[in-house]
Amino acid sequence: MSTYSVSDTTAAGSPRAAVTFSNLSGSYGVGLAASFVWLAFGLSCLYWPDVGDWSRTESLGIGAIVIAAFILFGTFSADYLGSAGQALRKRAPWLVAFGAFVTLWEVATAKFAWLPLPFFPPPQSILEVYTDDLPKLLDSVLASIRLQLGGYLIGATIGFITGVSIGWSQKIGYWVHPVLRFIGPLPATAWLPIAFFTFPSSWSASTFLIALATGFPVTVLTWSGVASVSSAYYDVARTLGAKPSFLVLKVAIPAALPHVFVGLFMGLGSSFAVLVVAEMIGVKAGLGWYLQWAQGWAAYANMYAALIVMSLLCSGAITLLFKTRDRLLVWQKGVVKW
Amino acid sequence: MVVQSTAEAITYPAVGAELDIEGVSHAFDIDGATLPVLDNVNLSIAPGEFVALLGPSGCGKSTLLRLVAGLEKPRSGSLREDDVRINGPHPSRVVVFQDPTLFPWRSVWDNVALGLEAQGILKTQRHRVDAVIELVGLSAFRNAYPHQLSGGMAQRVALARALVNDPKILVLDEPLGKLDSLTRIAMQAELVALWQRKGFTTLLVTHDVEEALVLANRVIVLSDRPARIKADIAVQRPYPRHRGDPYLADLRKQILGLLGLEATW
Ligand SMILES: Nc1ncnc2c1ncn2[C@@H]1O[C@H](COP(=O)(O)OP(=O)(O)O)[C@@H](O)[C@H]1O
Ligand SMILES: [Mg+2]
Repeated sequence: MSTYSVSDTTAAGSPRAAVTFSNLSGSYGVGLAASFVWLAFGLSCLYWPDVGDWSRTESLGIGAIVIAAFILFGTFSADYLGSAGQALRKRAPWLVAFGAFVTLWEVATAKFAWLPLPFFPPPQSILEVYTDDLPKLLDSVLASIRLQLGGYLIGATIGFITGVSIGWSQKIGYWVHPVLRFIGPLPATAWLPIAFFTFPSSWSASTFLIALATGFPVTVLTWSGVASVSSAYYDVARTLGAKPSFLVLKVAIPAALPHVFVGLFMGLGSSFAVLVVAEMIGVKAGLGWYLQWAQGWAAYANMYAALIVMSLLCSGAITLLFKTRDRLLVWQKGVVKW
Repeated sequence: MVVQSTAEAITYPAVGAELDIEGVSHAFDIDGATLPVLDNVNLSIAPGEFVALLGPSGCGKSTLLRLVAGLEKPRSGSLREDDVRINGPHPSRVVVFQDPTLFPWRSVWDNVALGLEAQGILKTQRHRVDAVIELVGLSAFRNAYPHQLSGGMAQRVALARALVNDPKILVLDEPLGKLDSLTRIAMQAELVALWQRKGFTTLLVTHDVEEALVLANRVIVLSDRPARIKADIAVQRPYPRHRGDPYLADLRKQILGLLGLEATW
């Protein structure tokens, strides 16, 4: 915001919408550059002939030009578009960089084949996957989400309850602690061969593995969180008439929550790894399996397409967890700097 | 040693409870060795009395308060509240610690409501929370989180959290110890006003002799660890008291002498 206020004030003498010189070099400059780069991408698609046979080159070129037009429109009306306009301004440098990257990619693959072709598919062939192979890709996405969500929720719940129990009760800790020590550090994927023939289905086996990968970090961090709660909090609550259940639910757990979230983040990371491996090896569905299948057919564009979707899903899940934490831990603002 | 002065007799409202500490001794085991902390402490506090405990650092004052609160059991001797043996914590005896120990994940209102919530009576008693927050002058901050409060405000919240339970005995462990001197004087006045209004029995630990004399009906001076009662001094002066009062200055000199600091006053 503040970066743009300078040019806003220099333009204050003239009507707001007018394009003055300072506007061109300041707030509008980057947006114009972004629009230009995307136009260049679109034209590069349309101008040179493809070296291979791809059906979506024209749509991609037109799409890029439409994006360029949107950026142009957005840049000059950002002041009237509210938060969307501000978001566009903030991301304009990235739009420039990304547009330049895809242009280079397009030229280096489809147009002049500077990169070895089957291994480096051009953007239009990835677009082709998203349009022509959409049903299969969507099925895979749904299968992955279902498997991941089920395993993660089971693992996080069991891990949380176990962590609270051993953090609270020494008797339970006595029994669980050694088991945790022995089994916990083992990578969940090491269980794969055993899991796939002991469980009734590959789906349940994978769910178990994902739950295991999630459960261990959640357990350990919840436990350390509960164990490190200052006894002063318990003293205060007890003198105010708190019973043990209140001490667990209203003192130990809220105090341990920041630790719990660290465990949830770690569990999410390691469970993604297990998900992909499990899908590649055992489950005949999901993005991991799609990758495997694409590799079998040497369908490189499909692999890149699946990889992009996978990364969007993973980062989406992480973002969701961040949002949840920020909402639950508002009280930490100012206590801890993230 | 008992210093009596013949000022007016003070009558107390009926809310406070009587507190009897009889032959209480306590010790801690540290690395196999036994550390005696309290040595045969006998103290009887009348309902509504304001008693200050003074003693060298580490002599066992906080330990005695923890026994009164019921957070720990004495090795020998007994403590009774209105002739009922103290066996564990009870909201009729609430402690305000030196650190406010507010729960950082709860707003001011929720912190104050803690006791009522723990006792399962919050639903019908919400007005008590509002009233006591008003009483300590923090209505504007009812939705603030502890990290947004100053030290003095946090300690007021801690006081409100104790008072909302309408305690019969209020136990204060150096509650003003970490505040700056101006806030401290202001809060001493508030404390006296609250005590006079509510009539609870008050047991205050402080390391500030002047604070003890400005606030309390009775000052108990403890010995080095293990703590024994060295002196029980009545401060019979009406409130509000003046810090320059020669009677109080006299007592101060006496108490500093008892604490082995006669040269310093
Ligand atoms: N839980 C405990 N375990 C072992 N030693 C303790 C414990 N609590 C207090 N002590 C020891 O008892 C002595 C008295 O402590 P305390 O009552 O806190 O003193 P103070 O008079 O300063 O409040 C100190 O020497 C302290 O180290
Ligand atoms: Mg102490």
